[in-house]
Amino acid sequence: MSAVALQMVCVAGLLGLAVMAIALSRSQTATAVIYGATLALSAIALTGALRSLLGGSTDATTLTLPVGLPWLGAHFRLDALASFFLIVVNLGGASASLYGLGYGHHDPAPHRVLPFFPAFLAGMNLVVLADDAFSYLLCWEFMSLASWALVMAHHREPGNAKAGYVYLVMASFGTLALLLAFGLLAGPAGDYGFTAIRAAQHAPYSATLVLILMLLGAGSKAGLVPLHVWLPLAHPAAPSHVSALMSGVMTKVAIYGFIRVMFDLLGQPTWPASAVVLFLGSITAVMGILYAMMEKDLKRLLAYSTIENIGIVFVSLGLAMAFQANGMKLAAALAFTAALLHVLNHSFFKSLLFFGAGAVLTATGERDMDKLGGLIHRMPFTSFAVLVGCVAISALPPFNGFVSEWLIFQAVLQSPELTQWALKIMVPAVGAMLALAAALAAACFVKAYGVTFLGRARGPAAKTAGEVDRFSLTAMFILAALCLLAGILPGLAIDALAPVATQIVGSRMPAQASQPWLSIVPIAESRSSYNGLLVMVFIAATASLAVYFIHRFASRALRRGPAWGCGFSDATPAAQYSGVSFAQPIRRVFGTLVFHARDHVTMPPPGDIRPARLRIELHDLVWSGMYAPIADAVGFLSTRLNHLQFLTIRRYLSLVFATLVTLLLVLAIWS
Amino acid sequence: MVVISDTIVQGVQMLLVLLLAPLLTGYVRKIKARLVRRQGPSVFQPYRDLLRLMRKEVVLADNASWLFRVTPYITFAAIWVAAALVPTFATGLLFNWTADLIAIVALLGSARFFLALAGMDVGTSFGGIGSSREVMIAALAEPAMLLIVFCLALVAGSTQLSTVAHFLASSYVGLRVSLGMALVALFMVAIAENARIPVDNPATHLELTMVHEAMILEYSGRHLAMIELGAFLKLLLYVSLIACVFFPWQIALYGSGALSYTIGAGAYIVKLALAGFLLALFETATAKMRVFRVPQFLGAALMLGLLGTLLLFVSRSF
Repeated sequence: MSAVALQMVCVAGLLGLAVMAIALSRSQTATAVIYGATLALSAIALTGALRSLLGGSTDATTLTLPVGLPWLGAHFRLDALASFFLIVVNLGGASASLYGLGYGHHDPAPHRVLPFFPAFLAGMNLVVLADDAFSYLLCWEFMSLASWALVMAHHREPGNAKAGYVYLVMASFGTLALLLAFGLLAGPAGDYGFTAIRAAQHAPYSATLVLILMLLGAGSKAGLVPLHVWLPLAHPAAPSHVSALMSGVMTKVAIYGFIRVMFDLLGQPTWPASAVVLFLGSITAVMGILYAMMEKDLKRLLAYSTIENIGIVFVSLGLAMAFQANGMKLAAALAFTAALLHVLNHSFFKSLLFFGAGAVLTATGERDMDKLGGLIHRMPFTSFAVLVGCVAISALPPFNGFVSEWLIFQAVLQSPELTQWALKIMVPAVGAMLALAAALAAACFVKAYGVTFLGRARGPAAKTAGEVDRFSLTAMFILAALCLLAGILPGLAIDALAPVATQIVGSRMPAQASQPWLSIVPIAESRSSYNGLLVMVFIAATASLAVYFIHRFASRALRRGPAWGCGFSDATPAAQYSGVSFAQPIRRVFGTLVFHARDHVTMPPPGDIRPARLRIELHDLVWSGMYAPIADAVGFLSTRLNHLQFLTIRRYLSLVFATLVTLLLVLAIWS
Repeated sequence: MVVISDTIVQGVQMLLVLLLAPLLTGYVRKIKARLVRRQGPSVFQPYRDLLRLMRKEVVLADNASWLFRVTPYITFAAIWVAAALVPTFATGLLFNWTADLIAIVALLGSARFFLALAGMDVGTSFGGIGSSREVMIAALAEPAMLLIVFCLALVAGSTQLSTVAHFLASSYVGLRVSLGMALVALFMVAIAENARIPVDNPATHLELTMVHEAMILEYSGRHLAMIELGAFLKLLLYVSLIACVFFPWQIALYGSGALSYTIGAGAYIVKLALAGFLLALFETATAKMRVFRVPQFLGAALMLGLLGTLLLFVSRSF
């Protein structure tokens, strides 16, 4: 059986499972059966994808099914790029299924989740495999709808209905943009197969339009600012393992679509396109993490942080496009590999963090960080795994997030060779934005972890929480281990990505496996190198040495006592720093500009014993400046057009006649 | 044979920074005291403080978690590893290629990440205020530092500190505008990162303007000793960094003989003494600024770094 056929069998299995789940979903064992089966199928698909990426055979395998458009059929193809993204999808799918085995038991309405979960996985697999525009769009829409159904799983909770509505509108808009993009790509001849599109020549104006449409279509799914508004509403509304899939995996499927069209189908990118991508990517990175910093809902914070990471990936892709437009093959391979590595890394730690948020939700029923606290004492295993995820996402060595950001910085340092002045001036600023985003990410995750897991419990729910089940913990620990492994052995991952880079940018990074001590060396050792393994070994060795010496030769005495409270030691847990107060310095530095943030203090007059009140005013300028006017305009127009519903038959007939004549006139003038 | 001598040089370097770090802090304190006409404690006082702290028992807050107890060691280890990777008296150290300048900055970031978490662990407002301000300062200092790294890397064509020092020690660098900007910016970042005046005051306790000291308020005994030693090491690291990049005179190049290593070590001590004196002079001459003035201070460093990098993007000869 060819590699693509194996993948399609897994997809068929998932689709069958979705149908089976409808019948089964009311029974007691349904949760175990469905998640067990999706785990097995994802694992098979993952193995297949790994084999085809690591197997060394660079030939793509194709498969045509006699469904879809009658003259076209449905084409599916597995090449190196698709294999890599299948790994991301199925690894995410497998870990989410494993997590779901435990987490799913707490679901109040399993029959609303179980049928759509396998369907969602199947949809994501199909988008990556599709090899013609028609099946691509069909699968894309299938994926969107399945995920929409999962967002609406708990539709009675406040806010979820709105989240689903915004998501539906944005998803339809995105698909429309993609439809138009593929229409332009296929040209007047209308050949929708990717092979034909790849072979065709594309006029510069249509390439520009395709870029804009892809940024609208794939960008809105991935969460590029200012098209991100649905993401922090919809991702947290779904059950946590689905949130992990949507944030960790579905955004990557959108990035896959962007890479497929911009790098593969459209041919050589141009430098103005790269400037647009760099600009949007850097804005997205900084805005995303600033939004996250202001957030006090744990899952929404994670969703905003996804937006930041998508920005980082787009910056890296923009660099790759710029290098390619200038014919700098090696630098393009470096930036492209960095982007893919960040895609992989982000899928690890973002899934892990959403699983952690789900565990907190299971244990406490609470998503508001300012009502949590002290969970490290009551959920020791979860808090350890989440700590690993927080360190990794903050891009700190020796974990994996640092490696991909390090590679992106190395790519930035290659860019003085670019010939265009606009890019020369832009790239340092983009580098500064990336550095700012990385530093703010660390601040944001100190806040997320510190407020949720450390300190004292701020509410009764946090006080009585208990550890979660073993399936959830296993899933979290596997991902935590992957975060560490990808951080200390990045050379292996970079070498595994070589076929993808060769296929897409026509060059690869130098082989890393032959480097001594498993270092990674992007260009040459005298320029830059990094060895995560040794960094970890050194830190572990020096830390244990210090512990040993101090405990052996100095003192090991320890006494517990109350915390120092300046003579005011019975302060309530409410006196601790909360998430809102932790963000105050950063809100004051950045928020006044970005969110028009203002703090209002209401002080009671002297002698009055009422407490003082602090009210914080934040404005989402993207929403109020862009979406609210559009929504108002649509509302205005629809009220105006409303009376068309109540016309007499004569008027309708004349309306139809007038429209017909106008259209014919337009056609006559056009041709 | 080469490996053995390399290992010895690396080991000497690691021990040297560890042993010299408290002395540098003691020396700066002494100079500061003398500048305001006080006698001041002996320059060896920090060693005595460390020993005393290490022998004392730890008083741990009731709800402190394991994270609170491991953080001092993680922080210390991360800073020590970072400090061991900065060339002091010789370039081309054995483990130099383990991590470049970006990774050194990130290692310091790891140390700060854990320290800020530990500040949140006990659940008092002091820890929270310290942590939240520390991450605010870091959110501006780290990008500034990375832009300085970009600047140096573009001049020297490498982010590897040994290569950078090697290149800048060679004669054909000359005076450059971008390097001047990077030096000023690096100095400002170093002030902020080490919690020195005017950003923070290392000598105060229980004052609402403080940052670093509030964050570690709950620490005592050997844990506090580790954190203090880490802070000493960090100061030494930044001084060594400025010395090896901007003033690489007499630094022993890789593979040169024992004599040049000795000269290098002597020159390094002289550089430390000079830098410590200048730091004390600067600290005595300035006043502590309000905490919300710090973003402007660091913003200036960020802009200097960005300007330097931009100039280099325009032309390599700036």
